[in-house]
Amino acid sequence: MRDIHARLKQRHHLGQFERQRPGLAFFTVPREYLRGLLLDLRDKEGFSHLVLLTAVDWMEEGLFQLTYMLNNRAEDVTFGIRVMLDRDEAEGDSIHDLWPTAETYQRELKEMFGINFPGSPRIDDEFILEGWTDLPPYRRDFDSLAYSQQTYAERPGRVTHDPREHMKQKLYPDGV
Amino acid sequence: MKDVDDKFLKNIDKEFPLREELRPRTVTTPDGQEIEIEPLKDYFCEAAPKVHPKAYIPIVENFYNWARANSLWILGFGTGCGAIEMRPLMTPRFDAYRYGIQWRPTPRQANLLMISGYLSVKTLKRAVRAYEQMQGPKYVVGLGSCTINGGMYWDSYNTIKKLDQYLPVDLYIAGCMPRPEALLAGFMDLKKLIKAGKCEGANKYAENFAFYKENQKSVIKDWDMPDYNW
Amino acid sequence: MFSFKPDRSQYPAAGEDGKLEIDLETGKYLKLWQGPNHPGITGNMSVELTVCGDEVVKGTTHVGYLHRGFEKLMERRTFIQVFPIVCRVCVPEPDFNEYCYAAAVEDLAGIEVPEYADWMRTLILEMGRFNSYMMFLGGIGGALGLGITGQWMTYLRDIMLDRFEELTGARIYHMFILPGGVRGHLPEGFEGRMEEVLDTAERYLADIDRVMFSNSVFKTRTQGVGYIDPALFEPYGVTGPNARAGGVAKDLRKDSPYLVYDQLDFDVVTHTDSDIWARSNVRRQDVQVSIDLIRQILRKMPKTGPAMAKIPNVLHWKIPRGETYIRGECSRGEYGYYLVSDGSGYPRRINVRGPSYTHAMALLEHMIPGTNISDVAALMVSLHTYPPEIER
Repeated sequence: MRDIHARLKQRHHLGQFERQRPGLAFFTVPREYLRGLLLDLRDKEGFSHLVLLTAVDWMEEGLFQLTYMLNNRAEDVTFGIRVMLDRDEAEGDSIHDLWPTAETYQRELKEMFGINFPGSPRIDDEFILEGWTDLPPYRRDFDSLAYSQQTYAERPGRVTHDPREHMKQKLYPDGV
Repeated sequence: MKDVDDKFLKNIDKEFPLREELRPRTVTTPDGQEIEIEPLKDYFCEAAPKVHPKAYIPIVENFYNWARANSLWILGFGTGCGAIEMRPLMTPRFDAYRYGIQWRPTPRQANLLMISGYLSVKTLKRAVRAYEQMQGPKYVVGLGSCTINGGMYWDSYNTIKKLDQYLPVDLYIAGCMPRPEALLAGFMDLKKLIKAGKCEGANKYAENFAFYKENQKSVIKDWDMPDYNW
Repeated sequence: MFSFKPDRSQYPAAGEDGKLEIDLETGKYLKLWQGPNHPGITGNMSVELTVCGDEVVKGTTHVGYLHRGFEKLMERRTFIQVFPIVCRVCVPEPDFNEYCYAAAVEDLAGIEVPEYADWMRTLILEMGRFNSYMMFLGGIGGALGLGITGQWMTYLRDIMLDRFEELTGARIYHMFILPGGVRGHLPEGFEGRMEEVLDTAERYLADIDRVMFSNSVFKTRTQGVGYIDPALFEPYGVTGPNARAGGVAKDLRKDSPYLVYDQLDFDVVTHTDSDIWARSNVRRQDVQVSIDLIRQILRKMPKTGPAMAKIPNVLHWKIPRGETYIRGECSRGEYGYYLVSDGSGYPRRINVRGPSYTHAMALLEHMIPGTNISDVAALMVSLHTYPPEIER
């Protein structure tokens, strides 16, 4: 795994190599080098299986992290390639021509995070939600509970406990 | 569990535009005529639902109810995870058919709508449509905790929490998810209610039509169907 | 054998942007919705078909009817509160969610799982796989009008659910595999009762071979229909039995053994035809592999031992910052959980990679043009997709 990374490092601008466990590692790459790296991994190193493409919202830092998970099934190595995007007006590069299945992932990211992928087929179509008018729901600043309370009628009588306080009371009712 | 963010406010100004194919427009027919169409009006009947009066003689009504109770035809619409426990009911082990219960593929042939579990907003639209297409007298059974008060998905942004706000529910079967035995017990209870003449869901829906429509429209943003599409 | 190649010459030409020019108002085409309320669809999803006569020229899948926003709900719950909701992600085979989530948390938190728990997890996963294949074999029979297989397979699934109930206390959502281990031990005499179930299953499966796989109608309607070119497997992310039916002998249980699969003895089933027939056949053989594996596990697993590792107080459980990806071979293909922790008591992000996501969306849309309306149901079922895991 390290030798693949060393080989790649000679040709690309790669960030810190973080090995999670044997056969799985993560590293960051600047957005403009992503496509070259993916092509290289797919065609030369045998990472031909796009496992998943998803995003993580680092709201506090104002960043979106795109994770491209690529797998080399012959050698049983998985790389998670991170690309950091600016959170305002987030825009990624479409890779639907490399893997047609990426089209679905990009449609989901557009709808759930509001990350645009110009050029991706049917990117503006509704995917999962229908008639959604609010913030993209997987963003951290979208509050699911508040939205549901403001939208849906609730049956009265539902009690929510703070788990810690509740367990304390259950286990030590006398306050010992 | 994190507390509610007081600052978060739902976006209410944004209207959802009507889909293009449903807007009024002019089309050319295959034989060259030009006609104006307004899909939402032209393709559907606009008549509102009517209350179905009881039979004048009580014994006749009782006979009707007895007959209705013994022929529950379920619409095979698996709206949620509870649908997986309906399948064993169709096999000899639990055998719901012995009670006159069977599954039908289309709403026109069915008179019992099982809401099998959580209803996302997208499915609610289809469920409302399926319910309105069913022939009266019709019944709705909510299955699982998630139809009663949201259950496991109480804080989800996409599932409704209280089914009887949107459809007239005659009976709830609690559980996450209810076992086939619980479903059979639920059907038995429903039969008792029907025989006693207490399942007036369809009439309730007709009487409080405006109430139900308002609730439905408050969650279904892109309402691209007529108000009552029987 | 008849090779399936759609004759696209009669179809409307693709425009400059690659889109099909279909003018519905010419009256030549008809838009037909299959689903969400339709007997020929797997679960609650729909396919919008544009047909020209009996032939489908375009198919668009619509999902989202089962979306509950799991990935958002998980971010709002502590690590132990996530555990009871993960199994709801995929209804017919919930155990994989529990395993993948538990293994991801253990990987980040550095928890070693006791050996007994590993064996127990393998047993549960194989039982779940058996159940899932029963759903498939019943479904593919039903999609082609052979109702009896559905009846038998539901019965087999039911008696396996009884064993689940005995072991975990629940029929569908077991909530048995939790971070740190499993919830309990095998009940007394479980092996004997499981053996009865497996014997019954083998007897019924022999009948299935006669009734379904020797049936000439079934053969005619499946052989050569719904062919996926093996060259499409990698671009479209096809994994699991769908890929094995095209001669790709890749099985995560063999290639990168997780749990105790390296101590078990089994073969990877493959087929070469890559059509509906091949996909059904691979699954039929895989049920036998599953049955053998359950027998082996019950024979080889340790009789006693701790079922849970020591985990910190779950109410104050913080997991170090990091990210990981755990995968396993479920009955449909590669199932995976991508977990990101930011060092707080709540997960930062959990992404579920369900195999149906790639199979039922891009691949199905690519395969539908050129089929007959009546074959679309069989095609969908043969890909073995479960909508709840597509939209979560």
